[in-house]
Amino acid sequence: MTTVSAGIPSGPATVDTDGELADDTRQLTPAERRRRMLWKVLGALASAVLVLFIVGPLIWLALAAFSDQWTAPRLLPQSWTLDWWKTVLDQPELVESFWRSLQFALIATAVSAAICLPAAYALGRTKFPGRRVVLIGLFATNAFPKMGLYTSIATLFYAMNLMNTGTAIVIVQLLGTIVTMVWIPAAAFASVPPSLLEAARDAGAGPLRTFFSITLRQAIPGIAVALILAFLACFDEAQGTYLVKPGSYSTMPTMMYTLVENYPAQAAAVFAIALTIPSVLLLLAVRKYILGGHLAEGFQIK
Amino acid sequence: MSTGPTGTDSAELSTDQPAAPSPAPNTRTAAPATGSGSTGSTGATGSGPSGAAPGAVQADVAPTAGGNAEIPAGAEGLRLSRISKILGGRTIVDTLDLTVAKGELVCLLGPSGCGKTTTLRMIGGFLQPDKGRLTINGKDFTFAKPEHRPTAMVFQNYALWPHMTVAKNIGFGLKVRKLSAAAIREKVDWALDLLSLTHHRDSMPARISGGEQQRVALARALVLEPEVLLMDEPLSNLDAKLRVSVRETIREIQQRLGITTVFVTHDQEEALSIADRVAVMNNGKIEQLDVPAELYRLPRTSFVAGFVGSMNTLDVAPRDGGVPLADGTVLPCERMSGDAGDAVWIRPEDLVIEPEGAPGSTRAVVLRVIPRGHYREVLLQCHGTTLRSFTDTEPEAEQAVGVRATDALVYADGVLVQQ
Repeated sequence: MTTVSAGIPSGPATVDTDGELADDTRQLTPAERRRRMLWKVLGALASAVLVLFIVGPLIWLALAAFSDQWTAPRLLPQSWTLDWWKTVLDQPELVESFWRSLQFALIATAVSAAICLPAAYALGRTKFPGRRVVLIGLFATNAFPKMGLYTSIATLFYAMNLMNTGTAIVIVQLLGTIVTMVWIPAAAFASVPPSLLEAARDAGAGPLRTFFSITLRQAIPGIAVALILAFLACFDEAQGTYLVKPGSYSTMPTMMYTLVENYPAQAAAVFAIALTIPSVLLLLAVRKYILGGHLAEGFQIK
Repeated sequence: MSTGPTGTDSAELSTDQPAAPSPAPNTRTAAPATGSGSTGSTGATGSGPSGAAPGAVQADVAPTAGGNAEIPAGAEGLRLSRISKILGGRTIVDTLDLTVAKGELVCLLGPSGCGKTTTLRMIGGFLQPDKGRLTINGKDFTFAKPEHRPTAMVFQNYALWPHMTVAKNIGFGLKVRKLSAAAIREKVDWALDLLSLTHHRDSMPARISGGEQQRVALARALVLEPEVLLMDEPLSNLDAKLRVSVRETIREIQQRLGITTVFVTHDQEEALSIADRVAVMNNGKIEQLDVPAELYRLPRTSFVAGFVGSMNTLDVAPRDGGVPLADGTVLPCERMSGDAGDAVWIRPEDLVIEPEGAPGSTRAVVLRVIPRGHYREVLLQCHGTTLRSFTDTEPEAEQAVGVRATDALVYADGVLVQQ
């Protein structure tokens, strides 16, 4: 990433003082100009590689979903078709799994928010012994191999008669969101300047009014980012869900396993694209936040 | 006689010069002058601290005891009695007493860490004193929460709520008080108009300039009609020119509305310009509480003398009606506050430059002349001692001149010696 940022010409972003302005508009020596040019080219190349790396597989998916025949050396499919979309949409279980996924992801996100946001507030705005241990401890849950964790959860669920229930899926999906749902809002709560809260108290607002009118309102970008990431994580969760629903309750990601095994690659591609649609829609809906720098704001952790 | 500002008559004027070496020397005298117009509206009687002119202030309030004249019980706006605060094992505020009259503006002035902001935060309710009592208009508010106090604070960084428009920021406190929408609108309009912010009614705080943000913060405080207005270094984030104009606005509005105000600053020029009385704080205590002119004329401790204005600090005992210089020659002083002590301090404007050999003067050589606009700052080498003088005369570097002192302050163990 350093190459990319170095490639951006350090133009006079803030020209408050004459000094800065003069410094930036001074004549460059040819050597300096060549070096800046080189950095620009390197930066552009690095950006191109990065874009290809991220978008490349998606392009392949999109092409595959509409291809009839596509053999290896060809860059584009020989013939195009919409048949795979028809095949997928004609399978009621596939369509059903889409709605089920949506449902479970929404419930899991909501429950996660209900549990984690108060914790995030406590971690972000209060000092108590063991605060850092809790924060790091939450993070450490991600260090264990997921499959091992899910296996022991499955054992537990069998004992509690939770196996193969909706509750089990919600719990499993929720577990994966806890770190996101605690850390990001905690940072958002922590970054509200104390003077803003003091000003509200000074104006006559009690602690509750101050929380809802100022603290929560200021933390919304961070909370929104956490909600989006949690929802996407739930929507995409396959490993745990696969393990705790031996029979019924297929969600889209678990359906992928079946599809990959039993259908041609093109049908899987169609399904994969269908799986990305909610994510893309969601990101478009909140692009104001992302472009406005609120996403980055949400990640400020002290 | 081509002397500089000399004598008692012009001493009043000369106080401006070190305090305001900017091209606006009249700011200090301007503030008390506006005060005369609002004496009635502040509710202060003739004996109130916001008297007519600087001279009258001294005569009415503090002929002897500076600005510490007794404030009648009915005219008392804010009283701190033996307030102490310990933070992190350190005594930040130490058994502090302060009484502010209704409609008066008192500055808490001091270096960082002197306890001035802690004191202000205790008045606002953001900190609770460990000892002592705090009353506002006679009612006890020592331990009241900020939302239950009749105080309003203007924060150093303004603390405007970034998600609310200017009008919403100003109206928030009224909304909390459950006023009707029409009443809120009316009061917000009044505040916007008062601070010339009407065109920014619907602007977001981030979109307006620092000076405008400052005015919004003030409007937000004033609209609550506080009994005590608190200002925590409100001008420190503004550039020099704006600082002067905003502080004049603040002073003008404070006097028009007659609000009891406590203003915290580390800038002595600002304190002298805006305040009815200035409390110079050091180590959690008030070293001197006085009207600006007295504070400047008779700093009762060497700390105050060093903090307010410039000084020639000669740490030697006075001798033969003057002050001995490095080689033993005595620089004659017309008036000395006392004759026994361990330090003689002389204001640069009280050091008069005359032609060489003038009667009663001592020979000195000009080291450097620094133009300060309407006066000059002159560094002199005088019998082995470097002296600083503010003068109207136009000496040249390396020129030999005569120098004498009109007034000198004598200190013993850091305390002013007065006869």
